[in-house]
Amino acid sequence: MTGTGVLLRTFLRRDRWLLLWWSLGGTLLYWSQAASVKGLYATQAEFDRAAALMESNAALIAMAGPARALNTVGGQVTWQATAFGAIVVGLMSMFIVGRHTRAEEESGRDELLRAGVVGRRAPMTAALGVAAIANLLLGALVTLSLVSVPLAVADSVALGVGVALCGLVFTGVALVAAQLTTSTRSMYGLTGLVIAVSYGLRAVGDVGNEVLSWLSPIGWYQQMYAFSGLRWWPALLLVAAAGAALLASYAVFERRDIGSGVFAAKPGPARAHPSLASSWGLAWRLQRGTVIGWSLGLLVTGLSYGSIGNDAGDLMGDSEAARDMMVAAGGDLVDGFFAMAMTLLALLAGGFAISSALRPRGEEDAGHAEAVLATGESRTRWLLSQVGVTVVGTALVLGSGGLGLGVADALVAGDGGAVGRFTWQTLTWLPAVLVLAGLTRLLYGFVPRYATLAWLGLGYAVVVLMFAEILQLPDWVRAVSPFEHLSRVPVESFDVGAFAAVMAAATLLSLGGWFALTRRDVG
Amino acid sequence: MTAPIEITGLSKRFGATQALDGLDLTVAPGEVHGFLGPNGAGKSTTIRVLLGLLRKDGGEARLLGGDPWHDAAALHRRLAYVPGEVNLWPNLTGGEVIDLLGRLRGGVDVRRRDELVDRFELDPTKRARSYSKGNRQKVALVAALASDVELLLLDEPTSGLDPLMEAVFQDCVDDVKRRGHTVLLSSHILAEVERLCDRVSIIRGGRNVESGTLAELRHLTRTSVAAELAAGAPELESLAGVHDLVAEGPRVRFEVDTAALDEAVGVLHRAGVRTLTATPPTLEELFLRHYGDQLPEPADPEPMPA
Repeated sequence: MTGTGVLLRTFLRRDRWLLLWWSLGGTLLYWSQAASVKGLYATQAEFDRAAALMESNAALIAMAGPARALNTVGGQVTWQATAFGAIVVGLMSMFIVGRHTRAEEESGRDELLRAGVVGRRAPMTAALGVAAIANLLLGALVTLSLVSVPLAVADSVALGVGVALCGLVFTGVALVAAQLTTSTRSMYGLTGLVIAVSYGLRAVGDVGNEVLSWLSPIGWYQQMYAFSGLRWWPALLLVAAAGAALLASYAVFERRDIGSGVFAAKPGPARAHPSLASSWGLAWRLQRGTVIGWSLGLLVTGLSYGSIGNDAGDLMGDSEAARDMMVAAGGDLVDGFFAMAMTLLALLAGGFAISSALRPRGEEDAGHAEAVLATGESRTRWLLSQVGVTVVGTALVLGSGGLGLGVADALVAGDGGAVGRFTWQTLTWLPAVLVLAGLTRLLYGFVPRYATLAWLGLGYAVVVLMFAEILQLPDWVRAVSPFEHLSRVPVESFDVGAFAAVMAAATLLSLGGWFALTRRDVG
Repeated sequence: MTAPIEITGLSKRFGATQALDGLDLTVAPGEVHGFLGPNGAGKSTTIRVLLGLLRKDGGEARLLGGDPWHDAAALHRRLAYVPGEVNLWPNLTGGEVIDLLGRLRGGVDVRRRDELVDRFELDPTKRARSYSKGNRQKVALVAALASDVELLLLDEPTSGLDPLMEAVFQDCVDDVKRRGHTVLLSSHILAEVERLCDRVSIIRGGRNVESGTLAELRHLTRTSVAAELAAGAPELESLAGVHDLVAEGPRVRFEVDTAALDEAVGVLHRAGVRTLTATPPTLEELFLRHYGDQLPEPADPEPMPA
């Protein structure tokens, strides 16, 4: 364990911003639910009616958790935030553990560290320390934010403790995954799978056989019944699971060689497939897994939105505030709901578009671009193929979201035409999403080091879309966001001119990036 | 036939660092040209300018008769490059990378590729992330050597190879030479350069300090002589051009300037030679003369920034 303290301090320093943003984000998830529910219903009677409707909606229960005391602010917070809060801490723990264990080992930096006066278990223990600190910090902030609302102290503490313990369970899972796999990518895949299964088990359990919810750490957290007859003993299950996972990770670590995993790498093809013959083939090969993953993710998201869309009217009931959020004035509530769902899908697709548009930078940083550009491929063709995959991938990801929306609505409302209609309507957001990719490309061309700042563009679009009304943002602030210029189908009718104009903006940004890339040093 | 590489007065600056400072380099058709210099001398920067990855700040650079920046893609079809630090896509296998790079260059000679994979004892089914440095280098070498190109740009290609594989590499470069193709070989391994190169250029601080055939360069330096004589040879002490003389009875050891060699051998002959070894200057010594403190640097008009 020699050196654990030094490593822990170093890791904390490397991660200070990461820890801050994750814990603030996680806290905001809880606090914003409390804040928004508080002002939403004018009378308790209205609140009761809405709660009764939510309780009877299986899709919502599957998405969020067991419906308890939904006619109270605390009950709403618990219901709406716990499942997603657990996912957030799960991902946070996974990234923290991954970047200090498997990623370091994969890059070989770990070896350099280990050659120094550092105990065998020190890097792993320091990574565990950072993850534990992050989870405790997030839990404490959640509790403090809820107490400040104000909500009952004991239950607020339970929500904070529960989310921190969920984080520790997934920290343990991530540490085990780091021992089993040989690449950071597959380590994230394995941990992500465990998080997804935990979420899925409790979803099925909450609407069907309750036993399944008891197989999931997220289920245990929700079984603590915060704000609806708090009980502490399910937290012991979380403690036990976290302990078991951590012990297992150390046990596996002791039995493996540094640099290897437990799962051996399988041999691959000795020859390249004929499709791997150009930068196009390469770009697709590199991104295909991500495209498929994101498409499935948005398909599922679309399905879950679509399954409740038709009940939007019932859910909102007479709440004027809720009605206003969905439709500006006098519009159809169901259409308003779907317009909002499509916008959300477009924002999610923006996440894919930016990460995909950052791929060329990753290729350049890793020295892979150099290898390709030293062959007969020109910079223009190399970039163009990356752009092509981003555009096609974004369309696939966004279209999958729309497809999910349509399929679910077709099943619920029995309207087969919804499949094609919703897919197309969701795709009308494509230009706005591609503007985000274009912005990324522009930054990549001119200042590759700061290309990740493009994520701020997505954040900006989210803020404008969600809070422009509440924050009374001036028009010019809204006008900067590409999402503001497209028509909100199906509430508004499709505007070809706007579609073409925003697409042109995306193209111009990309051309700017291309212009800079063909004139600067590479590598 | 134009020179495959022709560089005059090339300069390149990175922020405050002057990486290349008026570099000259000419590589003739069909020759294997050694490119030597200490770390940070500008070898990789020169190669990356030739590849059109970096934009030159000044001077002239011609590659295969074209402009390396503007005609990059077209020129690259006629050359192959092995970087000093080989980075491969971690989830592609070695075989896939070889095929991909070959196809991007305009086609793979499958028979040649398989033969090279065998010769370098490379397992092409392993994912690149599990290759060692040496194996990654083999992948890049096979990809480069499998294509039938006019020019090979090799940036310290053997730094991770074991001696057996290095011998294979040397054979392969001989093959390339036999086919009349040109090689620019940047290297630290002087024995390799001595074995393979027709001409060498030594650079330092982004500037060319010595260029020529090994024979020409050897002219500039001394031969080590050790002899056992019948009688002592005191004249050696007064002979201009003889340095570091050590005389122990009938045994003498000294260094002699190439110009004074004939005269020195005459003195030895008169004293009666029993045994004689004369060692030509190694590249190592040439190298040390440029970079080491042991020998003066008459060729340098002014000290170079390190």
